[in-house]
Amino acid sequence: MSENINSKYQVNEKGYYGQFGGAYIPEMLHPNIEELQQKYLEIIYDENFQKEFQQLLKDYVGRPTPLYFASRLSEKFQTQIYLKREDLCHTGAHKVNNTIGQILLAKRLGKTRIIAETGAGQHGVATATVCALMNLPCVVYMGEVDIQRQAPNVKRMQLLGAEVRPATSGSKTLKDATNEAMRDWIANPTDTHYIIGSVVGPHPFPDMVARFQSVISEEIKQQLNEKTGKENPDFVVACVGGGSNAAGAFYHFLDDEKVQLVAVEAAGHGVHSGKSAATTQLGRIGVLHSSKTLFMQTEDGQVVEPHSISAGLDYPGIGPMHANLFDTKRAHFLSATDDEALKAVQLLAKLEGIIPALESAHAIAVLDRIGAKQNDVVVLNLSGRGDKDLDTYIREII
Amino acid sequence: MSNRIKELFQQKNKNILSIFCTAGFPNKNDIVSILEHAQKNGVDMVEIGMPFSDPTADGPVIQYSNTIAINNGMTLKVLFEQLKDIRQKINIPLVLMGYFNPVYQYGVENFLNDANACGIDGVIIPDLPMYEYETMYQQMFEKYKLKNIFLVTPQTSTERIKKIDVLSDAFIYIVSSNAITGGNADIQESQEKYFQRIQAMQLNNPIVIGFGIKDKSTFDTACNYANGAIIGTAFIKAIDQSKDLENDIASFIKKIQA
Ligand SMILES: Cc1ncc(COP(=O)(O)O)c(C=O)c1O
Repeated sequence: MSENINSKYQVNEKGYYGQFGGAYIPEMLHPNIEELQQKYLEIIYDENFQKEFQQLLKDYVGRPTPLYFASRLSEKFQTQIYLKREDLCHTGAHKVNNTIGQILLAKRLGKTRIIAETGAGQHGVATATVCALMNLPCVVYMGEVDIQRQAPNVKRMQLLGAEVRPATSGSKTLKDATNEAMRDWIANPTDTHYIIGSVVGPHPFPDMVARFQSVISEEIKQQLNEKTGKENPDFVVACVGGGSNAAGAFYHFLDDEKVQLVAVEAAGHGVHSGKSAATTQLGRIGVLHSSKTLFMQTEDGQVVEPHSISAGLDYPGIGPMHANLFDTKRAHFLSATDDEALKAVQLLAKLEGIIPALESAHAIAVLDRIGAKQNDVVVLNLSGRGDKDLDTYIREII
Repeated sequence: MSNRIKELFQQKNKNILSIFCTAGFPNKNDIVSILEHAQKNGVDMVEIGMPFSDPTADGPVIQYSNTIAINNGMTLKVLFEQLKDIRQKINIPLVLMGYFNPVYQYGVENFLNDANACGIDGVIIPDLPMYEYETMYQQMFEKYKLKNIFLVTPQTSTERIKKIDVLSDAFIYIVSSNAITGGNADIQESQEKYFQRIQAMQLNNPIVIGFGIKDKSTFDTACNYANGAIIGTAFIKAIDQSKDLENDIASFIKKIQA
């Protein structure tokens, strides 16, 4: 992980990616955000921090995660597909890369209490896990609807010692859980650190989370080189909720414009069905969760409630880095419906013996339309495993 | 023409009573009569809330009033239409308060233009930071003669408060505690220390305390340390499902002023 990055796709010193980003925070959060902005780089590139971080990623998370050549999947799509196995991380998804980083940061800031929001429950579990590890009290906000559809993750968080508080306002999903976490932070500004779960929120969160997740593409480069003799794939494909797994998978390829970046959003019942979470197709620029970015909203600026079968993609916006990648056309944005994602789950299970998370299945679902040729190398970021979605799979598939 | 907020503080520097009320709540067209009853009963200034679906600095009561207002069809366009002739009836200062996104979608310049045309005196946008205000919007606010009102919280540094004082030209909104709106506790000793600290700074701008001011006792305490106070959540509760706005508003305000 290196501190200096000179890229037009990275954040500038004011916290913007092109026209997106910034820190549109109420005054109550100003001291916290200012402290983070001033200290985050210094803290995370400190030698001791890096040592502890790398050690935990290796021994506790189980990194590096394998880069696996999926031969039957490759045969099916007539191209060369490698799966980056983030599903094999401890706790079952990439989310833990970020929570390890942020808990180490929180400790160095002298914080004694942790809060988080969660959609699928993966970020909540990953936060509860590191709080147990570091012996810090943990409160996770989760939408009431998500508490129901991701019940096993609620139990896991509780088993890990976290308190799960339901968000009962609005659509009762991820955006509302995020609102509740922000309110908690406003009420507890001095002792509490808010571990945001994706590349969203006020600067420096998007950049900080992207840096913690960038280990994904760092490993891909090295592993691909070992396997094929070249560092860069032709395509990198990842699903986008807020955008953290995609940010991590894209990170070290942003400036190699020959690498085609494919971001996959959730189309729900269909992009124009009125029940969708395909932000780049349906959204406009505005300010949500303290960041100027793209999100779905009415003409007069009220946030539109999204829909996706996958709780982790059921968010009305995307982070500012991705908004800029879309705006500059650096990344190609596709979408997959609920049904397509469910079919992709079955496909990967039967062809490769891997049951993916519903979120990751959205990335698999577009493999037939990215335009990859026979000899192209496609790296697909398999962001998580499907254990948490078993109830949905039993209901919808089996 | 001088600004009504500035005139108010020139004429009266103690016990200024301000209320906050979400436009479009409880019914779509209530704001004009709420303003009339407020003025008639001696309210000195009103913050008119512009509803937003995701009001992160507010508690459940104000969020509820926002949801009702949005469901009633309240938008900025509707609000400006309702307030078009408001200055024929109302002469107390009026401030629009709300989150940035609806204003941004309306177009900041359009918004300031239309607010000015209705006779609005100031604007409070809690999530528009000082940096963005200074670099992008300050000149526009000045062009349309609208005062931008900043918040100060117990966490705001002395240095920053001084900067806010320089940037302000109406009053400074002192947030009473580290909390979202609608807190239920009485004013604590630690809060009084914070109020004293601000008072001792002798700022150029008048100061008004808000958040958690809910009855006569909290209003009086706040007024010991500031030029006045703002009542939001308690007022929203008082008019929720009101069948007789005139009566409910009069009796709520009488209790504060008793
Ligand atoms: C397995 C998995 N993939 C993807 C996501 C989406 O988040 P992001 O876009 O930040 O990677 C989630 C969110 O909960 C998840 O659990």
